[in-house]
Amino acid sequence: MYDMDELTLITEEEIISLLHEVKDPEIPRVSVVELGMITGIKISADNKVEVRMTPTFAGCPAVEILKSEIKNKVLELPVEDVEVKVDFDVQWSTDMITEEGRKHLKESGFALPAHLNNELISIDLLTNVECPFCGSKKTRLRNPFGPTLCRAIHYCDACSQAFEQFKPV
Amino acid sequence: MSDNTQAIKNLLFRMADDDLIIGHRNSEWTGLGPILEEDIAFSSMAQDKLGHAQALYNILHSLGEADADTLAFTRNEKNFYCCHFVEYPIRDYDFSLMRHFLFDTADAIRFDMLTNSSCQPLANLAKKVRGEIKYHTMHANIWISQLGKATDESNIRMQAALNECYPLALGIFEKSDYESVLIDSGVFDGEELLQKVWTDIVSEIIEKSNLKMPDINEANLSTLAFGGRKGYHTEFLQPLLDEMTEVYSIDPAAEW
Repeated sequence: MYDMDELTLITEEEIISLLHEVKDPEIPRVSVVELGMITGIKISADNKVEVRMTPTFAGCPAVEILKSEIKNKVLELPVEDVEVKVDFDVQWSTDMITEEGRKHLKESGFALPAHLNNELISIDLLTNVECPFCGSKKTRLRNPFGPTLCRAIHYCDACSQAFEQFKPV
Repeated sequence: MSDNTQAIKNLLFRMADDDLIIGHRNSEWTGLGPILEEDIAFSSMAQDKLGHAQALYNILHSLGEADADTLAFTRNEKNFYCCHFVEYPIRDYDFSLMRHFLFDTADAIRFDMLTNSSCQPLANLAKKVRGEIKYHTMHANIWISQLGKATDESNIRMQAALNECYPLALGIFEKSDYESVLIDSGVFDGEELLQKVWTDIVSEIIEKSNLKMPDINEANLSTLAFGGRKGYHTEFLQPLLDEMTEVYSIDPAAEW
């Protein structure tokens, strides 16, 4: 029989803290946890782990890479097995990005998404976005589509620079 | 679940195939857009549409169909259920833009309606993608309004595109044999309601953009628009499928 005191039980907190090391492949300052992509963690009695994640955009090409990175990361812990499930049971929104995540996005040069509070995006929420470089709101939306699905392109009239926004969705 | 599974699958195939084919057509603007922003916009919308198609094929997979790649790349045109409208080549930008407006308005309403679907995975997906599609309709609405009102030439070209696209767009709402099952089981409130809401929204934007709604009645309704939901397609679909599946056909296990 096992001595219960000697059994190493993995906790959800340990897994979450480790998953902070899995970063967005396009924005290496920001982790999948900060982005709000991790929607559930289950640890069975025999130390098998199920991680549930939801894509930022349905067509995000980074999902497969992230899935395997998450799996490999959790396998660094003494666990029996890891399964990463991708689903839309919880629907991702930019409102799910943590405060820390927003801070790291800003440090990476992105304008922040307005909070949507379960509403759909409207053009008002995409105009006069605060410039991440100079802080001015004298800015114009140039294109709601950018270099990746999650970014929009704006232009700042105050500092004459184009900048990207993590677009609200 | 058991007696309406075929109906759900049919709806999923129609939606996924529409998204896959319009996504492929959108991607044909990559590198060719009239201005850089539009090149990026159509490429991004293409990527979104492929993502939506993939997510819909994944639900089909969970209902016992093959995996997404197999569904997308190994069926011949007889087993595709997209509408004719999405199959047409991209042609000039006015045609592509008008198709984008008419198709995406319908796509947005359809997903909105499906947020209450009794098919839970589909309702969850709908709640997710409606926020993404809002960007597509916003993009379309701005361009329809700007080009409808800009110059005589732009107005004439947009009106001509509307006159050509509108009858074809009605093929989006072609019913399948499963229509009543879908409605009765609370999966989807039906093509008729979708078309009614679509007509109201489209008319409002068209009229605000100094354009005129084409006069469509039984007499001049184009029969060319219909048949896609039953597996009958335009001459444009099979060549598109051949091109899209070229790599897969050479090496189904190719790693990217």
